[in-house]
Amino acid sequence: MLSSVLSVGLALVAAALIFLSFNVDPVEAYRRIFIGSFGSWYGFSETIVKAIPLMLCAVGLSVAFKARLWNIGAEGQLLMGAIGASWVALTFPDAPAYVVLPSMFGLGFVFGAVWGLVPGALAAKFGTQVAIVSLMMNYVAGRVLEYLVYGPWKGPGEWGFPYTTKFSASAQLPRLAGTRIHYPTLLLGLLLALAFFFVIKRSKFGFEVRVTGENPDVAKYAGMSYFKIALMTMLISGGLAGLAGVGEVAGIQLRLRTGISPGYGYTAIIVAWLSQLNPLLVVPGSLLFGGLLVGGDAIQMIGLPFAAVDMFNGLILLFMVGGEVLTQYKIKVKF
Amino acid sequence: MKGITKRFQNVVANDKVDFSVKSGEVHALLGENGAGKTTLMNILYGLYQADEGDIFVRGEKVLIKSPRDAIKIGIGMVHQHFKLVGSNTVVENIALCLQTDESKTPLKLLKVFRNPLPSVEQRIKELSQRYGLKVDPKAKIWQLSVGEQQRVEIIKALFKGVDVLILDEPTSVLTPAESEQLFKTLQTMTSEGHSVVFITHKLEEAEKISDMVTVLRNGKVVASIETSKTDKRTLARLMVGREILFRLEKAQVAHGEPVLEVKGLKALNDQGLLALKGVSLTVHSSEILGIVGVAGNGQKELAEVITGLRKATEGEIRILGENVTNRSANVVTQLGAAYIPEERIRVGVVQGMSVSDNMVLKSYRSSSFANGFWLKKNYIEEYSKGLVSEYNIVTPSPQAPVTLLSGGNIQRLILAREISGNPKLIIASHPTYGLDVGATEQIRRLLLEQRKNGAAVLLISEDLEEVLSLSDRIIVMFNGAFIGEMPAEKANVDEIGLLMAGVKS
Repeated sequence: MLSSVLSVGLALVAAALIFLSFNVDPVEAYRRIFIGSFGSWYGFSETIVKAIPLMLCAVGLSVAFKARLWNIGAEGQLLMGAIGASWVALTFPDAPAYVVLPSMFGLGFVFGAVWGLVPGALAAKFGTQVAIVSLMMNYVAGRVLEYLVYGPWKGPGEWGFPYTTKFSASAQLPRLAGTRIHYPTLLLGLLLALAFFFVIKRSKFGFEVRVTGENPDVAKYAGMSYFKIALMTMLISGGLAGLAGVGEVAGIQLRLRTGISPGYGYTAIIVAWLSQLNPLLVVPGSLLFGGLLVGGDAIQMIGLPFAAVDMFNGLILLFMVGGEVLTQYKIKVKF
Repeated sequence: MKGITKRFQNVVANDKVDFSVKSGEVHALLGENGAGKTTLMNILYGLYQADEGDIFVRGEKVLIKSPRDAIKIGIGMVHQHFKLVGSNTVVENIALCLQTDESKTPLKLLKVFRNPLPSVEQRIKELSQRYGLKVDPKAKIWQLSVGEQQRVEIIKALFKGVDVLILDEPTSVLTPAESEQLFKTLQTMTSEGHSVVFITHKLEEAEKISDMVTVLRNGKVVASIETSKTDKRTLARLMVGREILFRLEKAQVAHGEPVLEVKGLKALNDQGLLALKGVSLTVHSSEILGIVGVAGNGQKELAEVITGLRKATEGEIRILGENVTNRSANVVTQLGAAYIPEERIRVGVVQGMSVSDNMVLKSYRSSSFANGFWLKKNYIEEYSKGLVSEYNIVTPSPQAPVTLLSGGNIQRLILAREISGNPKLIIASHPTYGLDVGATEQIRRLLLEQRKNGAAVLLISEDLEEVLSLSDRIIVMFNGAFIGEMPAEKANVDEIGLLMAGVKS
């Protein structure tokens, strides 16, 4: 807990120095970020909108990271989930909402899970690196999505934009009045965070995940199957990211198009680490980062590029990971 | 080296050790695993600092604070695990140790930009020719066999101009032919005035190539003699020690049905060499079968194959009549087999998890600890609390992570976990290795108690005294095969010591 707070603190200080080099008053910048994201009901509702996909991805990632499977592919798994959901929405435009929405979530989960299973299975069977394979598959997912929206799924009435046609009303998620908060996805995220908190802590599967992550040799000695655990955790991780993709197309964009995610899958990695791989802490963690994304718009008004947000995210991860290494050492003063 | 003492927390690894090497000699440092051989040499090479004692080179007291210091005064070391960069060539690896020139005149700095590889390659060729160290300088390290990599390490040391070369168990990774070749190289080196310290636990090697031999036991020097003035029998006795620590009451129990049957078992070690060369054994209920042998003769592989952690290439294993050959570790556990592993810290416990989590590491699936999907956390806590007090495990609480426990308490934890389920078969590898007297006695008593309760015990140990006092029957293992079997009453330390060294009387 201390390391998380400390990392955020150090990142704030480091970013402040960079703001100064842009001739921007860091106190003013932070004030604007805070007011933009938490200072008004509108700002806060947008923060929640951004926190929803972060939450779903980060809960899944904490499970995979707990087993030491470095899934960097949540971004691609999210896109695949969006593609799965869009296929349902576009193929069955006339089906009633109570059939089509659950099917979208179902197929979105499956698509994301398959995208997660591939690097997991390759790692368990052939010893490849999950991080590298899952990262490469992000690009594949991105190209698949582009192919679809520029090609076969391109909507005829969209003026040549790479958009599909808008989903029919039954394939759109309900929103909280006056906001873009698609609350079914939000509830799903909160529920899954709670569920996986207990699964990791108190279930047989969670026990296996923890043992495997701590020491794979002991897991083998205890008769646990690494193959099974690698597949299960990557399936969960990919599936949850897929659900996040469903929420984005069915709740925000209302169609499939390029640019549906500003890197939620990557930011979720930082959220998961900052939350110490604890699914319950992921909830406040994703609100914090959702706020940063929203606040990023606000600081553009005082002459900073939006990339300042990415820089800040990167700094937090750097201090988290760097701090992790440093905790292995003891400070010794020599005279 | 004079009066060297080194402690790791509570363990004394070296206790007032005196050790000296003359120029031009091969000095064998002999002792069982954990006797403190490698620690002593790591101190000489600057990897550790001694808590007490001094090091003298040619009569002058020296301070060796790092391997860099050691190399500067002509001491080199080849570790068991080589320190080479796999994707680079032999020449490049050796060129890496060139940067010892510390005078920083501008002219010398310019040299940084000169390609050193051709001259290094020339020098490697000279060295490999002179000492019979055949190796292709242009080959990439990953393409080389383990034996060739060792040659590269030796060339590297010679390249740095060492006078004293320390070799840590050099033959453990070599084939017999490669070992012969290494011995020839060492002879050439010593004839030119280099000295070699040869760390080993193999008696015949020490006898064959060394001029002097120093025997370490429990961190102390028990003898330092000229090799020609001693023999294997004496060395074996010095190395193993013969004083019996305790006499345990061993109840008379009639043996029952066979529990573990192994027939013609073959298996490979991690290097892919045949480590088990077709062994057969049977352990009955209420019987302790002791397997003795110097480490590295196939005992570890035997335990792992039986417990389902290593694949058998040939042969059959039956537990209570059921064929478990190449079945998973879980199947073996379900049949009632307990395993106390040799490397208990590495594979026996999850360090970062709590004592109670570790207590149910193998039984968490059973209906007493889980209903369906969920673990019965409260019951597990209570169960662990019971075991903690029953087995005298010293821990702040059952929720404390295992990292906080001492070695003896970790071993008690493992025993509590393995034995509490009343196993039919116990495979115990070096169960008291590295433990203090009290913990050792408690663990031996527990094993005898299990024997009384009808368990079959396969006890694998290097500790002759332990095997003699606990076992009903003893098998001596050497080089992947059983070379002697006897009832414990008729066993004789001298004879076993010789068998352990591979000498059939």
